[in-house]
Amino acid sequence: MKKLSKLPLADLIFGIISFSAAFTILTLILSTIVVLYNESSLAIHRFGLLNFIFTVDWDPVREVFGAAASLYGTLITTILALMIAIPVSIGIAIFLTEISPHILRTPIGIAIEMLAAIPSIIYGMWGLFTLAPIMAEYVEPALQKMFGNIPVINKLFEGTPMGVDLLTASIILSIMITPFIASISRDAFNLTPDIVKESAYALGATKWEVIKDIVIPYSKLGVYGGIVLALGRALGETMAVAFVLGNKHQITPSLLDAAATITVTLANEFTEADSDIYLSSLFYLALILFLMSFTILAIAKFFLLKAEKHYRR
Amino acid sequence: MDIKTKRKLKGSIALILSTFAAFMGLFWLVFIIFDVLRHGITALNLELFLEDPAPPGIPEGGLRNAFVGQLLITSVATLIGVPLGVLGGTFIAEYARGTRFAQLISILSDIMVSVPSIVVGTFIYAIMVKPFGHFSGWAGAAALAFIMIPVVLRTTEDMLKLVPWTLREAAFALGASYFRVIKDVVYRAAATGILTGIILAIARVAGETAPLLFTSFNNSYFTLNMNEPIASLTVTIFNYAMGPYEDWHEKAWAAAFIITVVILLVTIITRSIIHWRYKT
Repeated sequence: MKKLSKLPLADLIFGIISFSAAFTILTLILSTIVVLYNESSLAIHRFGLLNFIFTVDWDPVREVFGAAASLYGTLITTILALMIAIPVSIGIAIFLTEISPHILRTPIGIAIEMLAAIPSIIYGMWGLFTLAPIMAEYVEPALQKMFGNIPVINKLFEGTPMGVDLLTASIILSIMITPFIASISRDAFNLTPDIVKESAYALGATKWEVIKDIVIPYSKLGVYGGIVLALGRALGETMAVAFVLGNKHQITPSLLDAAATITVTLANEFTEADSDIYLSSLFYLALILFLMSFTILAIAKFFLLKAEKHYRR
Repeated sequence: MDIKTKRKLKGSIALILSTFAAFMGLFWLVFIIFDVLRHGITALNLELFLEDPAPPGIPEGGLRNAFVGQLLITSVATLIGVPLGVLGGTFIAEYARGTRFAQLISILSDIMVSVPSIVVGTFIYAIMVKPFGHFSGWAGAAALAFIMIPVVLRTTEDMLKLVPWTLREAAFALGASYFRVIKDVVYRAAATGILTGIILAIARVAGETAPLLFTSFNNSYFTLNMNEPIASLTVTIFNYAMGPYEDWHEKAWAAAFIITVVILLVTIITRSIIHWRYKT
């Protein structure tokens, strides 16, 4: 590194300008945290952290606010979406790397990635007008019939099937995050050295055994990274679920009931907040969401960096 | 059944399930796109682009205000986000290459790319809407720019790193300063990549709704004044689709059709350019 004063003037000026541009990223992150904290300080002082997180009430009239219902909705939709998306995405990745004929790999891969390019509002709208009626009319009554007589499980499918509920929202969310997990897993699978796979084949392993015992263990770090990244994405998704969740602050065991997530609450109520404590509580929710997804995405990044190092060796 | 057939059977079942999963992914894609096309095409007409919305419930008018508003907000966001992103990416890929600072900014940008966009909306609301007491197009543009900066920064960094280091050394050997090397050699070599990255970033923010809900808000009148609330296609889709009128739903489908077609076409074209240029 040369001394700053020895640099040509153009370099000095351009260096300083581009440094400030790079520095905006840090500024933006820090100011987001500071501003959100400031705005929510009223609610933080009134409700505290644990009390806010474990209070189910969300009552603008009595001015009692708690995040429990929104957090519950966020967690349930995210977990359900991951439960659906993970096996499907890994199946897609296996198909793309091991099964599909070579000519089809690129087009099918691009098509799956197209799913990630569709704006989330399109998913939401399609969910409301197309998927929700299908769910209400066919899928949900069928589920009720199937599980209606089994104790405990039938609690999951209680109520009138309306299509606007946790289950529909989770399915849309799962379609949205599938391409993330699938494309990262595919890239990770592709990095398995052929020589390792060939050795397994030479020992008489079937294709599935090679995938299960060689490819997946070898690329698990990358797959974990993809899953955690998708988790972070799903937590913060707004428009895809805003249409089909109903924004109802309640904790319900039934998946066929309306609910709220942090994002849906923000989207629906932010412009309607008529008191300072109401608005402040919404900012508090936003702060919690930001910190949660930031942490999870940082973990995802950690996995992916570790995977990268692992493959380079 | 002997163990050999059992293993083979297990293998075939797993492979069939994987194939099934891949086709399920394709099925959703085709289902969604087909549905948007089917509803969208029937709702398309010329008035959509030329007229402003009629009063609620009256099945006339168009979405001219939303088209113009969307263009305005996205353009201003691009004017703010692209220079900052490209310059920041240049700094960490060139001047600060290999330093801890560069690594930190790169990782943080990667995280910011996936941070919930609605949180960005609340942040901009706090600094640009609340102090002035009204929603504005500027706030909407700032929110989109916020989302754009890390995306552009990361693509720029990646594209600059693809330029071979020997190319820079050749220029250094001729006595050029680093600034001239970046301007005349590195940028030229990476131009296609950076440009396609910028276009992809624009396509991405053009589909964003959540950060606009409480920044640029919505406006049922035509306006070019960025100091006022301004309509955008995405927020209009949200309001119209949630609204009670059949005619609103049709217009929402038409707007959804246009956004989807434009974004998918742009994405496919730019991706093929990258694919063809870099053979990845």
